[in-house]
Amino acid sequence: MPIEILMPALLPTMEEGNLSKWLKKEGDKVAPGDVIAEIETDKATMEVEAVDEGTLGKLLVAEGTEGVKVNTPIAVLLQEGESADAATAKSAADGAASKPDADTPAAASGDAGGKAREADDEPSVKKDAAKAPAAPKAEIAADPDIPAGTEMVQTTVREALRDAMAEEMRRDEDVFVMGEEVAEYQGAYKITQGLLQEFGARRVVDTPITEHGFAGVGVGAAMAGLKPIVEFMTFNFAMQAIDQIVNSAAKTLYMAGGQMGAPIVFRGPNGAAARVAAQHSQCYAAWYGHIPGLKVVMPYTAADAKGLLKAAIRDPNPVIFLENEILYGQTFDVPKLDDFVLPIGKARIHKQGKDATIVSFGIGMTYVVKAEAELREMGLDVEIIDLRTIRPLDFDTIIASVKKTNRLVVVEEGFPQSSVGDHIASQVMQRAFDHLDAPVITIAGKDVPMPYAANLEKLALPNVGEVVEAVKAVTYRA
Amino acid sequence: MATAAKKTSARIKADGKSLAIKVPPPAKFDKEQELRAYRDMLLIRRFEEKAGQLYGMGFIGGFCHLYIGQEAVVTGMKMALVEGDQMITAYRDHGHMLAMDMSPRGVMAELTGRRGGYSKGKGGSMHMFSKEKNFYGGHGIVGAQVSLGTGLAFANRYRDNDNVSITYFGDGAANQGQVYESFNMASLWKLPVVYVIENNRYAMGTSVSRSSAETDFSQRGLSFRIPGIQVDGMDVRAVKSAAELAVEHCRSGKGPIILEMQTYRYRGHSMSDPAKYRSKDEVQKMRSEHDPIEQVKARLLEAKWASEDDLKAIDKEVRDIVQDAAEFAQNDAEPDPSELYTDILL
Repeated sequence: MPIEILMPALLPTMEEGNLSKWLKKEGDKVAPGDVIAEIETDKATMEVEAVDEGTLGKLLVAEGTEGVKVNTPIAVLLQEGESADAATAKSAADGAASKPDADTPAAASGDAGGKAREADDEPSVKKDAAKAPAAPKAEIAADPDIPAGTEMVQTTVREALRDAMAEEMRRDEDVFVMGEEVAEYQGAYKITQGLLQEFGARRVVDTPITEHGFAGVGVGAAMAGLKPIVEFMTFNFAMQAIDQIVNSAAKTLYMAGGQMGAPIVFRGPNGAAARVAAQHSQCYAAWYGHIPGLKVVMPYTAADAKGLLKAAIRDPNPVIFLENEILYGQTFDVPKLDDFVLPIGKARIHKQGKDATIVSFGIGMTYVVKAEAELREMGLDVEIIDLRTIRPLDFDTIIASVKKTNRLVVVEEGFPQSSVGDHIASQVMQRAFDHLDAPVITIAGKDVPMPYAANLEKLALPNVGEVVEAVKAVTYRA
Repeated sequence: MATAAKKTSARIKADGKSLAIKVPPPAKFDKEQELRAYRDMLLIRRFEEKAGQLYGMGFIGGFCHLYIGQEAVVTGMKMALVEGDQMITAYRDHGHMLAMDMSPRGVMAELTGRRGGYSKGKGGSMHMFSKEKNFYGGHGIVGAQVSLGTGLAFANRYRDNDNVSITYFGDGAANQGQVYESFNMASLWKLPVVYVIENNRYAMGTSVSRSSAETDFSQRGLSFRIPGIQVDGMDVRAVKSAAELAVEHCRSGKGPIILEMQTYRYRGHSMSDPAKYRSKDEVQKMRSEHDPIEQVKARLLEAKWASEDDLKAIDKEVRDIVQDAAEFAQNDAEPDPSELYTDILL
């Protein structure tokens, strides 16, 4: 059967072009790869190559024709023993049918794009919602019961993190830790203390100062099935590596249709320490919280640090585990259990209360806990929710609490624009508007690079007074 | 160029460890190997031509980078691999997947964004993977695959197996910082990785002489004590012998090695490349004098290992495979809307 050569699209956006020149004439033999014509778009002149072998039977579009629509037959290629006349007749009969119709993907996607744009102009949300399937809701288990009489051990966050890694490395040979100064130096912040002695240099790997490179090496090892724990000396340095975290670790499972992903943990101190100024004092909760394909954990207590880091190491997905240098030395009760693992994605009600809800996470909790004591003296009984996980975010727990207290304050150290608190406020407004008795107040770090001077640094961070004032405002006690 | 390279070698030689590696002569192919190489390269060529056509018809969207002209590189490399060796590359990846025996239907259907594609239609031309065939992508960020491929080698070393990671990148990616971060770790830890630099002379539209201070890419690892050789990437026999040398180097525990494949792409960087940066004569000269497939064809005919008719039969077999893949890719259904939210997390 004669083969129709169609006007090609050389750009996804190309709809028509000019057939500027035929380089072969009727009767010429052509082989795959031979340039047969030149076409011109608004961007450039490009060559049309033959894909099939045969003889050019008929040129259907004359040289110099402008505005030839993509997929219009421009020539007929004859196979051995075929005649040009038959081909022309066939082309005339089928010409219309071979033009793009709604079944071709290009046309279909163009159509969908048009509809989406129309929908933007309509106020109705329902129509739009009908287009995409609803996002599935993840079922997240509750915290495991801690048996009565379980011994509680006073543990620093630092020790809890180390214990979590050591336990998981004993449990699974595929788990290893890599990063700057994790082995011989025993960890820049001593989080990996003793691991080299127990597990050896094969599994506790000192890297050169090369964040982008070792993040990629970690992701590659994870794609091959190992379970790396990649320590960043601080997450501030992970900006060098963020391409590997976002583009390689987070997106591979989706781009591979579920065939392979990256079971990897990126962990290290995040946010402001003390007097280390702008480049070393940034919170990345909102940054990584933005990315589908990542889980983002940011614990406050030592028990959560331990239980969640163990969960993160076992998780088959890439997990960003945001610690805090100031919290490393703080002591909390940790249950003495053989295998204490907590669910990622579940917030913890730090304290029950009825007058207002305060949501926070990580070091933000330190302001909240102190504010709560002051508020209690004023006769205010607040409920405190420690998010623990930024992504997936446990809205169920937040909304249940808002339905009870009807007031919400969110506290974090990160920058205010597009913050975690902003996202929570917007979701609560959409999901529980009728339950709010006051506007949500979000407290964040100030919208400035972190200053070095002690007094300015203090001003740049949230403080207990701000939290107290916010709760007084939402409860109209101000 | 050569002088500078020699000087560096000499300096490293001063401590008694020479990095100099002799370029091996092209492998001697028997009849079976010649026929195999001819068929495998032709499959890539015909597949890519068809992909270009489907792109022109609007069946393939977005970016589409064709491998036409470079077929000898992946074909020769594959001939030196054993079960379990991994391959990873950037976005000019269709040839690598076919070389790793991935199904033409699955690859083509991914190009058209259909549910039967390797990534269920969610990855597209630049992002495809096959765990089963040890193909680790298909990566869209220039240079990112170099660190990832080094990580695959890290896993081989960690598991103490004999496998080698074949990590491809282009002359353009060779100027990315993470390439050198990876070189450093690979050499430091003696990781079994073959860095295959496919030097097709142009990083998109910028020629190597306009982008690279050192255009002898085989020498790019010297600062990290990684040896390298330049290989005629248009001759599948030369590629195969270099590949064998390289994987043996890795398997024997000597660490990484660089193979600079001197090759050429006939088509533009992507489908929407107007090719203003090089002359038609240059392209034509490569096609007529150095074509990897024509070289094998000429040898087969000269040795009388195949007749014109025998080769036509191979052409037909290949064409039928490609046609079948194209038809499948055009007729297979798009992914179900429910796939929008799958495969984000496990």
